[in-house]
Amino acid sequence: MTADPRFLSSLRTILGGGSLIEEQEELTAYECDGLSAHRTIPMLVALPGNVEQVQQILKLCYQHRVPVVARGAGTGLSGGAQPLENGLLLSLARFNRILDIDADNRCATVQPGVRNLAISEAVKPYGLYYAPDPSSQIACTIGGNVAENSGGVHCLKYGLTVHNVRKLRVICIDGEILTIGSDALDAPGYDLLALMNGSEGLLGIIVEVTVNLLPIPPTARVMLAAFDDAENAGKAVSGIISSGIIPAGLEMMDNLAIRAAEDFVHAGYPKDAAAILLCELDGTDEEVRHDIEKVEQILQLHHCTATRLSSNEEQRMQLWAGRKSAFPAVGRLAPDYYCMDGTIPRHRLPEVLRRINELSQQHELAIANVFHAGDGNLHPLILYDANIGDQLHRAERLGSKILQLCVEVGGTITGEHGVGSEKIDEMCIQFKPLELQQFHAIKAAFDQHGLLNPGKAVPELHRCAELGAMHVHNGELPFPELERF
Amino acid sequence: MALQQQIAEAFANSTPLSICGGASKQFLGNQVAGEPLSTAEHRGVINYQPDELVMTVRSGTPLQEIKEILQAQHQRLAFEPPSFGDAATIGGTFACGLSGPSRPWTGSARDSLLGCTIINGRGEQLHFGGEVIKNVAGYDASRLMVGAFGTLGLIMDVSFRVLPVPATEITLSFSMDAAQAVASVVSWSQKPLPITAAAWLDGELLIRLSGAQAAIRSAQLQLGGDISKQTEFWLQLREQQLGFFQTGKPLWRLSLPMAAAPLDTPGEQLIEWGGAQRWLLSGEKPQTIRQTALAAGGHATCFRNAQGGDIFTPLSKPMLALQQRLKKAFDPKGILNPGRIYTDL
Ligand SMILES: Cc1cc2nc3c(=O)[nH]c(=O)nc-3n(C[C@H](O)[C@H](O)[C@H](O)COP(=O)(O)OP(=O)(O)OC[C@H]3O[C@@H](n4cnc5c(N)ncnc54)[C@H](O)[C@@H]3O)c2cc1C
Repeated sequence: MTADPRFLSSLRTILGGGSLIEEQEELTAYECDGLSAHRTIPMLVALPGNVEQVQQILKLCYQHRVPVVARGAGTGLSGGAQPLENGLLLSLARFNRILDIDADNRCATVQPGVRNLAISEAVKPYGLYYAPDPSSQIACTIGGNVAENSGGVHCLKYGLTVHNVRKLRVICIDGEILTIGSDALDAPGYDLLALMNGSEGLLGIIVEVTVNLLPIPPTARVMLAAFDDAENAGKAVSGIISSGIIPAGLEMMDNLAIRAAEDFVHAGYPKDAAAILLCELDGTDEEVRHDIEKVEQILQLHHCTATRLSSNEEQRMQLWAGRKSAFPAVGRLAPDYYCMDGTIPRHRLPEVLRRINELSQQHELAIANVFHAGDGNLHPLILYDANIGDQLHRAERLGSKILQLCVEVGGTITGEHGVGSEKIDEMCIQFKPLELQQFHAIKAAFDQHGLLNPGKAVPELHRCAELGAMHVHNGELPFPELERF
Repeated sequence: MALQQQIAEAFANSTPLSICGGASKQFLGNQVAGEPLSTAEHRGVINYQPDELVMTVRSGTPLQEIKEILQAQHQRLAFEPPSFGDAATIGGTFACGLSGPSRPWTGSARDSLLGCTIINGRGEQLHFGGEVIKNVAGYDASRLMVGAFGTLGLIMDVSFRVLPVPATEITLSFSMDAAQAVASVVSWSQKPLPITAAAWLDGELLIRLSGAQAAIRSAQLQLGGDISKQTEFWLQLREQQLGFFQTGKPLWRLSLPMAAAPLDTPGEQLIEWGGAQRWLLSGEKPQTIRQTALAAGGHATCFRNAQGGDIFTPLSKPMLALQQRLKKAFDPKGILNPGRIYTDL
């Protein structure tokens, strides 16, 4: 779509040369995020370099009622940064400076385009680190992390992004700049900081983030445990958590994921195991030694077939390498894979595993399972080939069935990847119309005209009404005589 | 009459409501003129699975009862909420959003919250969040309820995370002045030590260590100090039962960056949360105290014995406008605890 000439010329004035992308070939580079099955060419891409420019851009978009989609690194897996054909894609890539490291107050203030891992690297000389560590941490940005409330392997013990962010500077759609949270541990009035985390770019543009830092634990060791039955692995997870130990990370992979990872990075995983657990324990030497003993006993109790313990940092990193590269590794098994992100109450894990397996067989598509088992967050990876028949369609249907299953057992359709454009229909399963209406009212309080990332995260009610009618009748459409649009 | 129906009727008649759990924290915030609405009858545990580390309860359940149920399973609330009286309910605990001595290390009330069912100002029952730790479906409307003092919705039931009780806990005592205390805690907090509380009062710094025995022993060797015999100190601090609090003077709560220098405002000080929460007994002008807090990078609340004026630090104009719109989004007629936080919210 072409932009209104007046809008375009004002935008050029704000940005100057080189910071506005208008050419088709260059726009294509931004057509999708990590959910590459959904692509749209944006009308324009802006790459502002300072806060004033972002303010001016938003003011201009507000005046001209042009929708705005923010983008960090574009690693999101739910289409949150998928552009709009009639919209401006606002890249925060140039906001890549670390503004302040305050070791005394254990925090760092950074621009939103700073990569997650870059924060921990920068504060390492102070003996500190930033705890939430998405597997994409070498690439994803802190702005994207806040917008998605991202998690990672270490979130079981140290919390999600929302637990590790102290203050934000946010620009509203009318260009107003707000400080949300504070340099202290709380702020007066409503907790807008909680609301901004996970708001997927629908409430405001984050232009500065102050994160909490933690002291690096003196010791961290990871234990790998193999099982010849995935259900036993699931039970061992509950066993560990209920024993009073909170591991720094507790991850699970099934056989297909193990084999893929092993072939890809040679982490030393047992390829014949039905499932493995990776359990990291951190703290002082004494603590870790004590916890390891306890964990080992629990694992034995649940019939683990073998264990291996890292004895130095290199081995620890190697054991994690397989898990951290599980997505790309599985990506080598089939031309395409579709990553799901449901969460379930931990004790339902064995049952859910069994039912995912049944669904996989029914839909004739293989699934590799990778879990943040400690907090019940599942990542079934559905393997398919978009070039063969209806496989993409089947993969999406299977994915949706898995998410329905998660809701049915008391969980949620997304643990950390967000709703974006991907899970918009499943939101109708998770929430009742009145709840969705409340979400729309929250949105309107921030963005009356619905210009920030419209169409994402929260579905319109009529969309759910139509879908709901379809769900209830189990494929048999009600009122087949009526026209549908 | 059912709570939902009561709110629906109040909505229809535009009647303001004054929500009350156990009335233990009525002293905090402005008085609300409204028809009383009590959650006291709405009680009971809905779900508690110790091995999931999650509990769901009705909002009128007494906090004390919950603590006892958890204790029996060697678990506890991570944020150590103050009760301020036996009548405190869990709903009020989250609505007020107060956290105890462990706050900087094990998180706040809102950090523990996983989900809730609320009734908004239209009388609609809504459920946000859930019983799982990771959940990013929709806006995080449940954590928004924490510290909203019931002005956005009546909390009907809450789900929250619980933690195992640490194997061992000891308190170390150091005699030092306020500046030394702040500096010491700041430097220790950058090290991986099992600190879970730190407070300074009257020339004594108290540090609580929690965790596995071995870890505590090595931390103790590192830190030095004497083992304190004041076993009830943290409880009395949390519940404001220490002698310090027994006064009619205005009690200010200053929420500051933890490394902020000791205040030079006249009045007695108790430093908590390793420096991030400071209690000040002072008859100084609110304006002066607020300015001091602001200059140090924080904000000030007149917690008890206010002598008129705002209780909480006033918001900037655009921030207030946004929060007013948000209030309207939940409570279009402004019937839920109107004015409890700010007179114009
Ligand atoms: C291989 C792989 C592994 C992954 N592993 C994990 C994992 O372990 N845990 C996890 O949680 N996620 C994971 N992800 C998903 C993804 O990396 C995270 O969601 C990440 O936080 C996205 O960051 P980003 O900078 O790429 O954001 P983008 O994808 O660019 O954007 C994500 C959303 O945030 C919004 N946004 C971005 N910046 C801003 C801003 N400054 N202001 C307002 N809104 C903004 C966008 O509009 C969009 O809605 C993984 C992805 C990949 C590809």
